[in-house]
Amino acid sequence: MTKLIIDGKEIDVPPEYTLLQACEAAGAEIPRFCYHERLSIAGNCRMCLVEVKGGPKPVASCAWGVRDCRPGPKGEPPEISTRSPMVKKAREGVMEFLLINHPLDCPICDQGGECDLQDQAMGYGVDTSRFAENKRAVEDKYLGALVKTSMTRCIQCTRCVRFAAEVAGAPEMGAIGRGEDMEITTYLETALTSELQGNLVDICPVGALTSKPYAFAARPWELGKTQSIDVMDGLGSAIRVDTRGREVMRILPRINEAINEEWISDKTRHIVDGLRTQRLDRPFVRENGKLRAATWPEAFAAIAAKLRGANGKRIGAIAGDLAAVEEMFALKQLLASLGSANLAVQGGAAFDAKAGRASYIFNPTIAGIEQADALLIVGSNPRKEATLLNARIRKRWRSGKLKVGVIGEQADLTYTTEYLGAGIETLNEIASGKHSFADVLKKAQNPIVLIGAAATSRPDGAAILSQAAKLAADIGAIKDGWNGFGVVQATASVVGALDLGFAPGEGGLSAAQMIAPGGLDVLFSLGADEVDVASGAFVIYIGTHGDRGAHRADVILPGAAYTEKSGIYVNTEGRAQMANRASFPPGEAREDWAILRALSDVLGKKLPFDSLSALRQAMFKAVPHLMRLDQIAPTDASAVRTLAARGGNVDKTPFKAAIDSYYLTNPIARASAVMAECSRLASGQMLTAAE
Amino acid sequence: MSVRRLAPKELQPASFAFTEENLAWAKQQITKYPEGRQASACIAILWRAQEQNAGWVSEAAIRVVADMLDMAYIRVLEIATFYTMFQLSPVGKKAHVQVCGTTPCMLRGAGDLIDVCKHRIHHDPFHVSEDGNFSWEEVECLGACVNAPMVMIWKDTYEDLTKESFGKVLDGFAKDNPPKPGPQIDRQFSAPAGGPRVLKEPQS
Repeated sequence: MTKLIIDGKEIDVPPEYTLLQACEAAGAEIPRFCYHERLSIAGNCRMCLVEVKGGPKPVASCAWGVRDCRPGPKGEPPEISTRSPMVKKAREGVMEFLLINHPLDCPICDQGGECDLQDQAMGYGVDTSRFAENKRAVEDKYLGALVKTSMTRCIQCTRCVRFAAEVAGAPEMGAIGRGEDMEITTYLETALTSELQGNLVDICPVGALTSKPYAFAARPWELGKTQSIDVMDGLGSAIRVDTRGREVMRILPRINEAINEEWISDKTRHIVDGLRTQRLDRPFVRENGKLRAATWPEAFAAIAAKLRGANGKRIGAIAGDLAAVEEMFALKQLLASLGSANLAVQGGAAFDAKAGRASYIFNPTIAGIEQADALLIVGSNPRKEATLLNARIRKRWRSGKLKVGVIGEQADLTYTTEYLGAGIETLNEIASGKHSFADVLKKAQNPIVLIGAAATSRPDGAAILSQAAKLAADIGAIKDGWNGFGVVQATASVVGALDLGFAPGEGGLSAAQMIAPGGLDVLFSLGADEVDVASGAFVIYIGTHGDRGAHRADVILPGAAYTEKSGIYVNTEGRAQMANRASFPPGEAREDWAILRALSDVLGKKLPFDSLSALRQAMFKAVPHLMRLDQIAPTDASAVRTLAARGGNVDKTPFKAAIDSYYLTNPIARASAVMAECSRLASGQMLTAAE
Repeated sequence: MSVRRLAPKELQPASFAFTEENLAWAKQQITKYPEGRQASACIAILWRAQEQNAGWVSEAAIRVVADMLDMAYIRVLEIATFYTMFQLSPVGKKAHVQVCGTTPCMLRGAGDLIDVCKHRIHHDPFHVSEDGNFSWEEVECLGACVNAPMVMIWKDTYEDLTKESFGKVLDGFAKDNPPKPGPQIDRQFSAPAGGPRVLKEPQS
């Protein structure tokens, strides 16, 4: 620890701190533009100048180490002032230079109200300009479907350049030219390809990079802000949902060091317009082969007529990707009362909850990746299945301490990987120690075996899972204080469903059996849009969007999307988190648990809860760890060994990518025009019409 | 300083490939740097690309160099647009004249040389003359202040110029018979004009 005197206050900080960090630790506020905690230090905006006693001129505190400060002549600790006249003058000078070429278009700028430059000009600038010459103008750049540019506003902090190169791992942004003519752009203005590009808008301290879909839509001060949880992938990133009236205007990240740090993927952020379009806002009933709008009692009556006297064994339920645990719990209760154990969740076929919780979650935890030193990716493209988990792997890889091997699809994961093979044979080779990567895994302190959807979504997924678990156990990835067996769940509902036991019960049918021809008489589909139900079954679809599931449905009960209900989701590392209601479901749509409760009454099997809190109480009694929000309930690592012992036959065909179009994985995304355009850009088709 | 952007599409050749000799040279440059640090060879290789490509860097060349060094295209574009020694649009076939315009040369008559350029080559810098043989630009100090004013054409400097002698230099290039580089007056390098003045004979 090093002693410093900051603004007359003595403080002890670690020597590797920068002056800026030390000043913050001392409670002094340092303005900055180019400095960002999670990016490398550029030191080019000069806004963070402070005075170091004895120095001839102010120093940029972001780029000045505490250990570079010299003690006083008698060995006194170095003295730093953040409020001296010199600092004030320096800040005013920097501010004046920055504003020389910055347009005064705050009233029409989307950043207005949440602009660092605006705030700091108020806080540290002067009230007038001495600059009478012409201002520089810069042509706007095309950066793709998500980032809108107004480059005249750019102050060349280069945060975007560093973010693209360091965090996103797609070095596409750059600063061309020099001096006054320096401009931020991509190579020949090609569209950005990163799936983290939305974050460029967040890190831009001015209004140079703004959100294209959100352009001129709302002002920050007129938005209601709700803290919530994302459900676009299995990570449960922390988000803030901004609403105006009933409408969700935008989604922003919240800081959660354990999961998403302060980034979110583009799918999470730009799904917003999908919440408005294609919505199911009233019940529908199929009559003479056609769906017609109906009232709730009519829809319930149609279901009741169908279920009357139905055989419980011929009734089943499949939960979709976006289902919260509350409604799955209610549906499970309802099916139990109808005498059915036919329960399944989309994408959950390979997992067996009875083996133990550690067999289907990402045991090392997302933050735990930063302790890993070897990673074997089996049948997964984490960049598409869990974007921010991939960003975390990249973060660890950048430290130079992580070796990554890939079995399965060969893809650009933004970091260097050793490509080992395409299928199960390579896994076997590693397991038997024949492959060179086996040594890397064995020598590693904290190895991770990561298995993803490309493996677990196959019919033989359970066997692959078992072999991966066996490998993890054999290489010593499972020991005290470290469990290196990690399953990446690509959807938000699977872990919650397995925790609840929303899976085939005693003698219950699997999802594949349920949707097979003649499998069932009545199927409850809780937003299950990725399954193709054979004709014959009567499908009751409870969901939000007129998507595949609704097209097949015989009765549609309109539900609430994740921004319109309070629900608990369990992420891929087993962390229960609560999403909060930011707006209300459209039209006659209701919250899903309430629909099931009302339906149960009509069916004469009334569920024993009248409110969400009563439902939760019952659910917490059955599955207590769901109650401990934001925590990961400790798991028993022996579950991985149990799983390893299962074995099974695996087909030798190579693992195929589980997600073809990253931007179109769920019904909300498919309803979003922005996601459609992103998908089009990603697949290489350019728009013919000008934007 | 001028705005440095790539030449318009019409002027860009579709492709660029190093000659065998240059490719071998470039590969040898890369080996100078440790594994994973090939990017350090960027400026040297880009310069060789400019020499091969008639004195300017095309967009295709930028891509070739980036691929060769495993760099993102934008990184090489940043370098090419930053350093003024890289020409981004076609230059004169016979000579690209870099006139030093920094203080010592300016005081000794660089303005006259620029006048000559404006009249004989093109009114504006970075434009090729009508016959396509010449182009000019004003540059910062080229380090021959003792011999001011001076110009640099390709790799050689022509020093102690006047309007007339500069005209002769240009004539020489036009006839593919460039004059001898160095001072264009009776002077050896930067020794005193008119021959030595001191140490003429051994002192006893």
